[in-house]
Amino acid sequence: MNQFIQSDISLILPEVFVLSMAMIVLMTDLFIKPSSRWIIFALSQLTLLGGAYLTSQHFNHETQFAFSNMFVRDGLADLLKMMSYMGTSLIFFYSRSYMKDRDLYRGEYFSLVLFALLGMMIMISSHNMLLVYMGLELLSLCLYSLTALDRDNQKATESAIKYFVLGALASGLLLYGMSMIYGATSSLDLSVIAASLLNHPMDHAILVLGLVFVVAGLAFKLGAVPFQMWVPDVYEGSPSSIAMLISSVPKLAAFAITLRLLGDGLQSMMVDWKQMMLIMAILSIGIGNITAIAQTNIKRMYAYSTISHIGFILFGLMSGSLNGYASSLFYVVSYMFMTLVSFAVLMMMSSKNFDCQTLEDFKGLNKRNPWYAFLMLITMLSMAGIPPTIGFYAKFMVLQAALDAGFAGFVVYAVLMALVGMFYYMRIVKLMYFDEPKLKNNIEVPIDMQWILSTNALALLVIGLVPHTFMEATTQAVALSFH
Amino acid sequence: MNLTHILSYSIWTPVFLGGLILLLSSKLSNTQAKWLSLISSIISFLITLPLYSSFDFSFGQFQFQEFFHWIPAFHINYHLGVDGFAIPLILLTSFTTMIVVIASWTSIEDRVAQYMAAFLIMSGLMIGVFSALDAMLYYIFWEAMLIPMFLVIGIWGGPNRIYATIKFFLYTVLGSLLMLVAFIYLYLHTHSFEIVNFYNAGLGLYPQILIFLALFMAFAVKIPMWPLHTWLPDAHVEAPTGGSVVLAAVMLKLGAYSFMRFAMPIAPEAAFYLKDFMVTLSLIAILYIALIAIVQKDMKKLIAYSSISHMGFVTLGLFMFNAIGIEGAYVQMISHGFISAAMFLSVGVLYDRLHTRQIADYGGVIHAMPTFAAFAVFFAMANCGLPGTSGFVGEFMVIMSAMQNNFWIALIAATSLIFGAAYSLWMVKRVFYGEVRNQKIKSLEDISWREFFILSVLAILIILIGVYPKIITDMTNATTVQFLEHIHLMKPVTSLPMDI
Repeated sequence: MNQFIQSDISLILPEVFVLSMAMIVLMTDLFIKPSSRWIIFALSQLTLLGGAYLTSQHFNHETQFAFSNMFVRDGLADLLKMMSYMGTSLIFFYSRSYMKDRDLYRGEYFSLVLFALLGMMIMISSHNMLLVYMGLELLSLCLYSLTALDRDNQKATESAIKYFVLGALASGLLLYGMSMIYGATSSLDLSVIAASLLNHPMDHAILVLGLVFVVAGLAFKLGAVPFQMWVPDVYEGSPSSIAMLISSVPKLAAFAITLRLLGDGLQSMMVDWKQMMLIMAILSIGIGNITAIAQTNIKRMYAYSTISHIGFILFGLMSGSLNGYASSLFYVVSYMFMTLVSFAVLMMMSSKNFDCQTLEDFKGLNKRNPWYAFLMLITMLSMAGIPPTIGFYAKFMVLQAALDAGFAGFVVYAVLMALVGMFYYMRIVKLMYFDEPKLKNNIEVPIDMQWILSTNALALLVIGLVPHTFMEATTQAVALSFH
Repeated sequence: MNLTHILSYSIWTPVFLGGLILLLSSKLSNTQAKWLSLISSIISFLITLPLYSSFDFSFGQFQFQEFFHWIPAFHINYHLGVDGFAIPLILLTSFTTMIVVIASWTSIEDRVAQYMAAFLIMSGLMIGVFSALDAMLYYIFWEAMLIPMFLVIGIWGGPNRIYATIKFFLYTVLGSLLMLVAFIYLYLHTHSFEIVNFYNAGLGLYPQILIFLALFMAFAVKIPMWPLHTWLPDAHVEAPTGGSVVLAAVMLKLGAYSFMRFAMPIAPEAAFYLKDFMVTLSLIAILYIALIAIVQKDMKKLIAYSSISHMGFVTLGLFMFNAIGIEGAYVQMISHGFISAAMFLSVGVLYDRLHTRQIADYGGVIHAMPTFAAFAVFFAMANCGLPGTSGFVGEFMVIMSAMQNNFWIALIAATSLIFGAAYSLWMVKRVFYGEVRNQKIKSLEDISWREFFILSVLAILIILIGVYPKIITDMTNATTVQFLEHIHLMKPVTSLPMDI
């Protein structure tokens, strides 16, 4: 018995480490002066580094379960966790001067983000519906409070309340759906559910009803149409650094639970969820891209662009094959890195008394600072899916999986919508390169952020030139987890 | 001399040198940037010369092949190779880039290094399009090439440049995305992105038609064929002279080349089946667009419409499915590359001096610029197909091949020689002859030695091909024979069975 517990603990070591470090960060903050807040920053980065080290200790091992199959450790989980550490670390770097300027550079920020990360790690590794829910709530609560971190800001508070109310509703839907599935299969364990769905004939109606609620809850967390209403408002209202967090790393976790619940637990109901995913994918790609054109606020534009990217991710999942899952995984990871750069440039252009919010602010960036204009150019091309950037391969893999699954008509539709999307991404390029600058102030960026941002943006191009390793990693991860 | 990696060098030398100039752009003075770009473009041109001298033209297969696995997960390879169709166009590309660098010597003053670098990078990417033997590699070059052009028109273009460049971009991408879908379909069918495997995919007629139409969208936009041509006049009018020259001389050829490389050999039955459709579109382009060209008030717009009309001959020749038609189309491509470049450069010469392109603003230029007027009249003659110039040879060969098929097609195509003369010569008359319009024209200076040099090189080439077109046909002969053999292996179909 003793030994059994020990092996369980060794599997969740990264989670335990992140949890304890989050608490240490919280406590340390009480005892240091505001001027020595860099300690908190260093501790947080150390947490991510340590987490990455502990996770890499078992990287790509065979699938292992812990705590009576509640917790799973497999290729998919390890890959997504590594990417989450990396994304969170970048968020800390990018948001530092922005948060300092707004007097939000406090200990709560770091510990809340670390707790959110813990929530995501639990989601990524959950193999039980209860654990899915627990991770999701931990993440969501942190995000709600982070949105309202700037508590004197009316807009931020408003969007936090909106986010909270709608988020709570979605969690309710998810939980309700889970309870129905539990009622039908009398288990919360995903493999038991999968097995009993396969082996015993049961009441289909209640299962489908449960499935609808589960899918609705997941779609809300991902931000897919028709559950997207919160996305633009929350992006616009919250500080850019928090919007960056919401739009990036949690999508990995949301993707993971979608894949585990639908692709693993409810695998034999694929016929049913495929239709729902298809409708959501079509609507997300269409509405996301078309509505984004009409936006003048850049954060709202990013929000609709996120919605359209989510549409593509669902499109890959909907193919229902390993190929499709791998393509979505590739998409969601590359999406995270693209969106991080796009928000980082936004924050970099903001200063103490100025928040870069509208498209106008991008005017003439090439004249003000050609290098950042170039980085933004790469990012926009990548988002638009133009080779040789990573965004192109993401779209390519999804389209290829969908065409393989026989959705030729929808592939043509998605391609046409991608063309619509190119219009507003290229509009940013136009503003940066062809227009005269409206703002004249110098862009001051800390040296570490300069290097990290440049590396991140150039990686979009370089991985685009040699995407093989990255593709192989995602294909491998999916193949190891679903065999 | 070791030529195993000659194609890679041809592609990456200009890209690398262009990137270098871009990186150094803040440190270079304008003069340094120009000289550095000129040297880079000359080096890039010299590197492509061995392709011509060492190529075995008696042998139509792909030569100078390079191969390594690039993205094994999707069987995408870095596979390069050229046949007789690609070589002349590669030489045309590197040659045009050199001309553009010289021609932009004084007309560009703002961000010179970035401008020159864009053309060098574009040149490398276009050579990549011509030499890729893997469909994905081809696609990546094809799309990547758009970005420098997008920036060139958008940054250095005329007053309405933003509308023009976004239209150019979206039109081209619309077509290429459908091409991507077709490539993925072929990949799922053959489990490879090798173009040669695509040739032997053995598809039924119905899928072939779908693939042909998807590829048609991509290439017809690029050529451009009526009715997908509307982006071209806008792009040409707004682009700086160098941009117009590359667009007309090389980029339009990418579309026609791709028909020969992809659409026709991959879907030969569909190409036969849709022959009448293609011929009709070509004839509309030749005739209707020529009529539109006559009424243009802007010189660049006029040349742009004349380009569309001339490219109509190229597609007409291709879809005649006989050797003389294909070779005629090919000669027409190269000849149009030189003539349109020369025409746009001539407009550039005038524009640099008076900053207007309206025909009505000119008159009697010959009194102030006799040497230049001689060149301009010669190029206009070549444009309307004067025997002895390269313009005549291509059109004559295509009309001949059309005559073998159908008298009426040939007749309609031949009328373009009349309309071509009408718009070219009428423009020359209004711009160069007549009374001197105003004081500004009177005080015009004749062309400099630099302009003289470029225009005379082009004039010599136009006459050379006009008198001795065998230079071109020798290069393409073996490949044409092989191309037709491949296409004729598939029997023409007369009715469409709807089962796949």
